[in-house]
Amino acid sequence: MITKRIIPCLDVRDGRVVKGTNFLGLRDVSNPVDLARLYSESGADELVFYDITASAEGRALFTDILREVASTIFIPLTVGGGINTVEDFDRVLKCGADKVSVNSGAIRNPQLIEEAAHRYGDQCVVLSVDAKRVAGRYHVFAKGGREDTGMDAIEWIRSGVARGAGEIVLNSIDTDGVKQGFDLEMLAAVCAVVQVPVIASGGAGCIQHFIDLFQTLPQVDAGLAASIFHYGEVEIRDLKQQLAKNDIVARLV
Amino acid sequence: MIAIIDYGVGNLFSLRSSFAMIGEDVLVSGDAERIRSAERIILPGVGAFEDAAAKLRQTNLDAAVLEAAAAGKPILGICLGMQLLFEKSYEYGEHQGLALLKGSVVDMRKAIPADLKVPHIGWNALHLKRPHPLFRYIQEGDCVYFVHSYYATDCDQSVIATAEYGAELTAAVAAGNVMGCQFHPEKSGPVGLNILRAFCEI
Repeated sequence: MITKRIIPCLDVRDGRVVKGTNFLGLRDVSNPVDLARLYSESGADELVFYDITASAEGRALFTDILREVASTIFIPLTVGGGINTVEDFDRVLKCGADKVSVNSGAIRNPQLIEEAAHRYGDQCVVLSVDAKRVAGRYHVFAKGGREDTGMDAIEWIRSGVARGAGEIVLNSIDTDGVKQGFDLEMLAAVCAVVQVPVIASGGAGCIQHFIDLFQTLPQVDAGLAASIFHYGEVEIRDLKQQLAKNDIVARLV
Repeated sequence: MIAIIDYGVGNLFSLRSSFAMIGEDVLVSGDAERIRSAERIILPGVGAFEDAAAKLRQTNLDAAVLEAAAAGKPILGICLGMQLLFEKSYEYGEHQGLALLKGSVVDMRKAIPADLKVPHIGWNALHLKRPHPLFRYIQEGDCVYFVHSYYATDCDQSVIATAEYGAELTAAVAAGNVMGCQFHPEKSGPVGLNILRAFCEI
């Protein structure tokens, strides 16, 4: 049976990995290539790289790093951040990315999902959504979680899948950085409306949170986290072993 | 030397890099003459069967693959490249493949329970059906990375490994010098590299 995936996420700015708490207070962690290799060796099933650089120099540095990672680490790589056009897809796919994650770019131009899915296949297009509770509904936030679009997250995700998104990353702003566990309620609402893989993001603080995630919501395919892996609070190897002990199908290395 | 056939389908960056990683000389080419000089052939592919089969024919590289097969050179089809080795595919219609292997490629939705997601995407365990040189460096139960919605069926004796996903899906095939894997060895970590390494020794 297919295994539950564990995915470390690396936010990269100016060639370095950073991680914020509630998207603020960026702090430098490590060299992205070294960190990627370490994660791959300890059993990460996939890696996500977010380019949070604004400058052209930073962008070039990012694609250099991506190329280096893709030529030495042979697990699926997803790239996001600053993906606004099909040309952006092309740029990162040529550097070895397997999937491309769209967020604000798709909010501005939902057609981007269709165009990219048509050209590269649904499996290549990941719709990443930052969502937060607002007045009893889930709202989509743009620009790294800073701007409330007023859009209903469940509707947005449903329409994104209809347009060809092959996978959903749901990042709950309410639980992100708080380390009290994934947002099971929000995830359940998303899983109820889509048939594509759903990746849970935001809130993991310990191994038990991943066990709770997969036991409570077996429809969720993967758990994504950043800081707990970067700071060594959770070792991926231990996490995988604990999943297996709890009868959750995991790839052990 | 290994030739990776470049017929304009998919991204060959990782495949090229993975052979470099295991220290093998690799040529990525769409030139039949240069492919002819290779000792081993990789037929990659992602996307839709009809489109890929048409591109392979338009570039006349189908002839290069058939010629290499007839000459007894080891050939490895990967993902859609494996599916192209079969007689036909029923992906959006009915399309002819290279017919180097017996069998056809069909929608997995007809074989698996409706509640399972399609495509079959992620890491799944290989069940080795019989010993094969491709498996020299791997073990029963090792996980590899899959992304596909169609699978090969009625493969006669060629199935050498399967993966369980609501049904037993064909994961690797071999008949003489013609081999294929439905999964992506270039995305399957050390297990995948070990399969490519074994292929280079066949």
